[in-house]
Amino acid sequence: MAVTTEPTQAQGTAVVGGTDPKIDAHAKATGQTVYADDIHLPRMLVGRLLRSPHRHAKLLSIDVSRAASLPGVHGVLTGEDLPIRYGIMPVAQDEHALALEKVRYHGEPVAAVAAIDEETAEEALRLIEVKYEELAPISSIADAMNPNLPLIDVERDRDGNGVGRQVNRKGTLEFGDVPGGFARADRTYEDLFFFEGNTHLPMEEHAAVAQWEPEPRGRLTLWSSTQVPHYLHRTLARVLELQPNRIRVIATPVGGGFGGKSDPFAHEICAARLAMVTGRPVKFTLTREEVFYAHRGRHPVLMRVRTGFKEDGTLTAMAFRTMLDGGAFGSYGPASVYYTGALQTVTYDIPTYKFEGVRVLTNKPPCGPKRGHGTPQPRFALECHLDKIAVDLGIDPIDLRLRNLIEPYSYSINHLRVTSCGLRECIEIVDEASGWRAKHGKLPYGRGVGFAVGSYLCGAGLPIYFNDMSQSEVQIKVDRGGGVTVYSMAIDIGQGSDHMLVTIVAEVLGLRPRDIALVAADTDLTPIDLGSYSSRVTFMAGNAAVQAAQRMRDKVFAAVSADLGVPVERLVARDGRIFDRDDPDIGMDWPAAVGVASVLHAPLVTAGSYKTPKLAGPYKGGGVGPSPAYSFTASVVELDCDPDTGVVEVDRVWIAHDIGKAINRVSVEGQVVGSVYMALGEALFEEQTFRRGYLKNPSILEYRSPTFLEMPEVETFLVETDDPEGPFGAKEVGQGPLLPVIPAVANAIYDAVGVRVDEVPISPDKVVKALQEQAKGNEPRVGPKAMPEYDYGEPVRVDPPDQLSLREVLAP
Amino acid sequence: MAVTPTSKQLVALNINGDDYELAITPSHTLLEVLREDAHLTGTKHGCEQGECGLCTVLIDGRPQFSCLTLAVEVHGSEIRTVEGLASGGELHPLQRAWGETGASQCGYCTSGMLMSAQALLERNPSPSRTEIREALAGNLCRCTGYQAIIEAVELAAVRMRGAA
Amino acid sequence: MMRLPRFAYLPASTSAEAAQLLSENPGAQLVGGGTDLFPKMKRRQLEPKVLVGLRGVSELCGISSGGGASIGAGTRLHELAAAPEIVRRYPALARAASLVASPQIRNAGTVGGNLCVDTRCNYYDLPYDRRCAHDFCLKTGETAVCRLAPGGDRCWAVSSTDLAPVAHVLGASVRLVSTRGERTLPIAQLYTMDDGIDYLQKQPDEVLTALRLPPAEDGLRATYVKFRRRGAIDFPLLGVAAAVRTEADGTCTEARIVLGAVATAPLPVPKAAAVLVGATLTEETITAAAETAMSATKPMDALDLPLGYRRRMVMVHVARALRELAQPPR
Repeated sequence: MAVTTEPTQAQGTAVVGGTDPKIDAHAKATGQTVYADDIHLPRMLVGRLLRSPHRHAKLLSIDVSRAASLPGVHGVLTGEDLPIRYGIMPVAQDEHALALEKVRYHGEPVAAVAAIDEETAEEALRLIEVKYEELAPISSIADAMNPNLPLIDVERDRDGNGVGRQVNRKGTLEFGDVPGGFARADRTYEDLFFFEGNTHLPMEEHAAVAQWEPEPRGRLTLWSSTQVPHYLHRTLARVLELQPNRIRVIATPVGGGFGGKSDPFAHEICAARLAMVTGRPVKFTLTREEVFYAHRGRHPVLMRVRTGFKEDGTLTAMAFRTMLDGGAFGSYGPASVYYTGALQTVTYDIPTYKFEGVRVLTNKPPCGPKRGHGTPQPRFALECHLDKIAVDLGIDPIDLRLRNLIEPYSYSINHLRVTSCGLRECIEIVDEASGWRAKHGKLPYGRGVGFAVGSYLCGAGLPIYFNDMSQSEVQIKVDRGGGVTVYSMAIDIGQGSDHMLVTIVAEVLGLRPRDIALVAADTDLTPIDLGSYSSRVTFMAGNAAVQAAQRMRDKVFAAVSADLGVPVERLVARDGRIFDRDDPDIGMDWPAAVGVASVLHAPLVTAGSYKTPKLAGPYKGGGVGPSPAYSFTASVVELDCDPDTGVVEVDRVWIAHDIGKAINRVSVEGQVVGSVYMALGEALFEEQTFRRGYLKNPSILEYRSPTFLEMPEVETFLVETDDPEGPFGAKEVGQGPLLPVIPAVANAIYDAVGVRVDEVPISPDKVVKALQEQAKGNEPRVGPKAMPEYDYGEPVRVDPPDQLSLREVLAP
Repeated sequence: MAVTPTSKQLVALNINGDDYELAITPSHTLLEVLREDAHLTGTKHGCEQGECGLCTVLIDGRPQFSCLTLAVEVHGSEIRTVEGLASGGELHPLQRAWGETGASQCGYCTSGMLMSAQALLERNPSPSRTEIREALAGNLCRCTGYQAIIEAVELAAVRMRGAA
Repeated sequence: MMRLPRFAYLPASTSAEAAQLLSENPGAQLVGGGTDLFPKMKRRQLEPKVLVGLRGVSELCGISSGGGASIGAGTRLHELAAAPEIVRRYPALARAASLVASPQIRNAGTVGGNLCVDTRCNYYDLPYDRRCAHDFCLKTGETAVCRLAPGGDRCWAVSSTDLAPVAHVLGASVRLVSTRGERTLPIAQLYTMDDGIDYLQKQPDEVLTALRLPPAEDGLRATYVKFRRRGAIDFPLLGVAAAVRTEADGTCTEARIVLGAVATAPLPVPKAAAVLVGATLTEETITAAAETAMSATKPMDALDLPLGYRRRMVMVHVARALRELAQPPR
């Protein structure tokens, strides 16, 4: 069931706010959609990667001669064939497509082959002889702090970077007078939490197909299930040493991403190089096991949160400390560290705030961005911490939040510009709908309710590599029959970006979404979009689409106005017609209007672009967290917790999300429920478990993604705050709704059985262990007991922002 | 008759009502034959070990994993895949409902999910929510949280009952 | 895509022919539903050169009831779960069948396959390359060490059949056919208690053709409780089959408890059952029996979740099974 607080079409939109089936829905439901692995080209070879059997080892030698001479093998690559380093972030260029000198994790690609079929390719891998010298593995944050273990990143070691053993990135920031804030408190609190790593588990195993048109033209085409065709394009140019204009990247419809297909990957680069070497198309499709090694998923994070409160529940200060287990490479890690400290401040008015974060390297598959990127872990910690404080202060957990909410149109303590904010309304809705006041603390033993809130970005305020160019551009072409085609590099990963784009253009031009053709995610054909990450596409590509469509409408209106003698200001585009607002009978249908416009304003081609306003805070690290807008969510979870088995069954979830404006209600609600699902999986089931540094569960069977039988009913409420800068007022929905659900589960377990599991996932054994502690009269808690010693150094001190009145500047 | 591991066998398959006669290596699964020999790429794969549900097809009306079925074993069986759901130019009621409720996000689980749903509705035209959950419990989806899928099956069931 | 290793596929049309093909092709494997065998072959845990296919053996399919019931080994699990005779007379067996894996697996998987399902272990059941990294294990034969208990000389992989514990408490037997003749073996004797590799007493050339159940009308009431993380797809982390015979006043005259997924074979816990005999099923006797069952088990790290927890769950779920049986029969 879904409830919208007010009819979305009240503001006069015709298709924005509607419920049309997505334009790609029927192709997907008939099996017509061509995903990367569905591509078959003549003479195509099959590529496979040889992966390291060791966690940490020097690479002494590789002999590929036997593999190369196997009949049916057409190409073999090793690290020396692709010696140029890359990485998604300019500050973390630490990857090779195939390992050089050393391997850093079990599963790291070491060699690649292309052969006539998969069986031959597999056989060839077995014929590659690699000699390793094993090194002691670094398997945990504690290992990373151990000075007796070898360094993982030899490059950094050579640079003599003095931030500490295995440290990949650290940040220490202090906003305002933190000691003063704690001094003003009546009570101070401190808690430790741990969030175990987990992975995206997209249903589609990563796949890429490369084709090379030989010299002199020398052009490479790569189809890939990627969320970031633009960054992949740049990486290919760099690593293959090809001019960018000789590379075409086509992102195929992505069969699930969740952040896991946002890095350039070895199989993409190897497919490209092998196609160039063999002169034949090459396809790589990872096995499910390999998808677990490609990873780039949720960081394991150890956290300490300290707060100061007045007796009346007013927050006076917060100090948040994190340690991230980054796995073997940088990936998005330099941003991930700061994300573990950035968005706590967006939901609450925190007068003084200190953040210390550090990311270490370990010999495990590299971590990166998963839905919520770096923010679900601290959100879990913060919201559980507040739940405990509410108990201590004798204040209802919802009231404690309400007492400290951030004001709409204000700056957070760390200089994040908060504009539209429906958090209070979201909280009031789930409070009421769930019957919270009659349930919290009052349900029978074994049943409980939990509450939490969250907030997320509508797109990272800065691009991944520094530049002042637009972050998204959209072109529109109208043909003589009235056909409208939209061109955008945005890639649909299931979040519905294709439908969002055509809906916006249809709205502006007075057409239906299904009337609009879309060319997407092709670096030859479409203008830039930076990719489907950080919940940026609706806000950025959507705004570019609005601008392009308005410019097209201006052209058509100008021609129609001239033709009909109706002033432009009185023209309306709606229901496939352009007509006089004051006399709707005067007008013409869209194809006729296009005919007139084609004479007067040819070519009927327009473009729009979007760039975020200047948002970065005035400090190092201030580039992580700023966004043109923030979404807000509040959730109540009701569950049963079996005290004998520790098994938790979630019965119902109420969730209210400030979407700004729903472009398509079905898609938005789908993102909310899907986020709840992923959150419940992380809260109760999903984790990457390691045994002696080897991944213990690289299979769908053992990873335990929830089935139909674990998924509760979800009641979704959309709050529309009409963001002043969002397209039609819209904000993000793909990631934010995940955030409150995980801590709400933990808090509901406390309400049900009176124990705290300060560690995710809350597997049933942990609940039982906490209950056993309770029975023994010990602290009824399972969770980390200490953080390893680490010197975070002197903080960068930042003055509080000047609270100039954003409301006057921006509020509608 | 000497049979060696490399001998291909001639297999007659009826897929979505079409007769195929294919020379198949015995070790090839129905999934491989559908995608690579019959070029029916609508059927997907996500683990190839019977753990995810993506490759579900109907074999004589029952949903089974094509990744764990040898093509030579279903010689003479009636096989249905996602490509056989629509009739003529008309979407199947499940396919139409799928679009309306938003039951596909990335769409990668959709084919297998539809086949499990179709088998359910053939056996039970009025399934309860619990029955839908149980019938589809072998099909994983990472995007939707399943709710829209359940709603789509319910919606299609109502329409199919109305049409019957 | 994970591919099967190559093999010759020899379809049988009778169980005698299947037995003949097995005797002619040493190392050949029987395949019924293939839901256990093919994933293992894809992971290169098993690489038989010859498969003897049982799909076309019609005599193996179906359920016949006389005094008891005879269930053909080729009967699909979904058929067993829904067969009216079984649901009425042996509801615990129907329940166990209905709880195996997922609908798709139950539509293909057979009764014989589930009874003979390979023992599981989270070292053994890893993909090939992943096992390489561990230098393999005793069960795959490339090394002499069981990774779960490197000090010992045996394999500790875990029996994971859902049907066998129930069949065991029901006093069932299996019929085995080979070119050397046929024999009947009580379920209790089908499994090897101390070897996760050679976990069946069935000889490699024998075909398991039927599961035979004694008459159900003698007052024995049975149940099956399956504990696992998810409500579908997962193998048991623990299975508890229990059966009791009680007199009109509630006095228990016979009790049987067999545990699945705690040892290399379905594990009878007679000491726990003995607690109940001569008593009525009260909260006290149930708790005593459950605690006795727990103390008789020593789970290994072959499956998910910590050992101490899994051991404790034996107590919890034995108690739950017995509480169910303490309810007066309807």
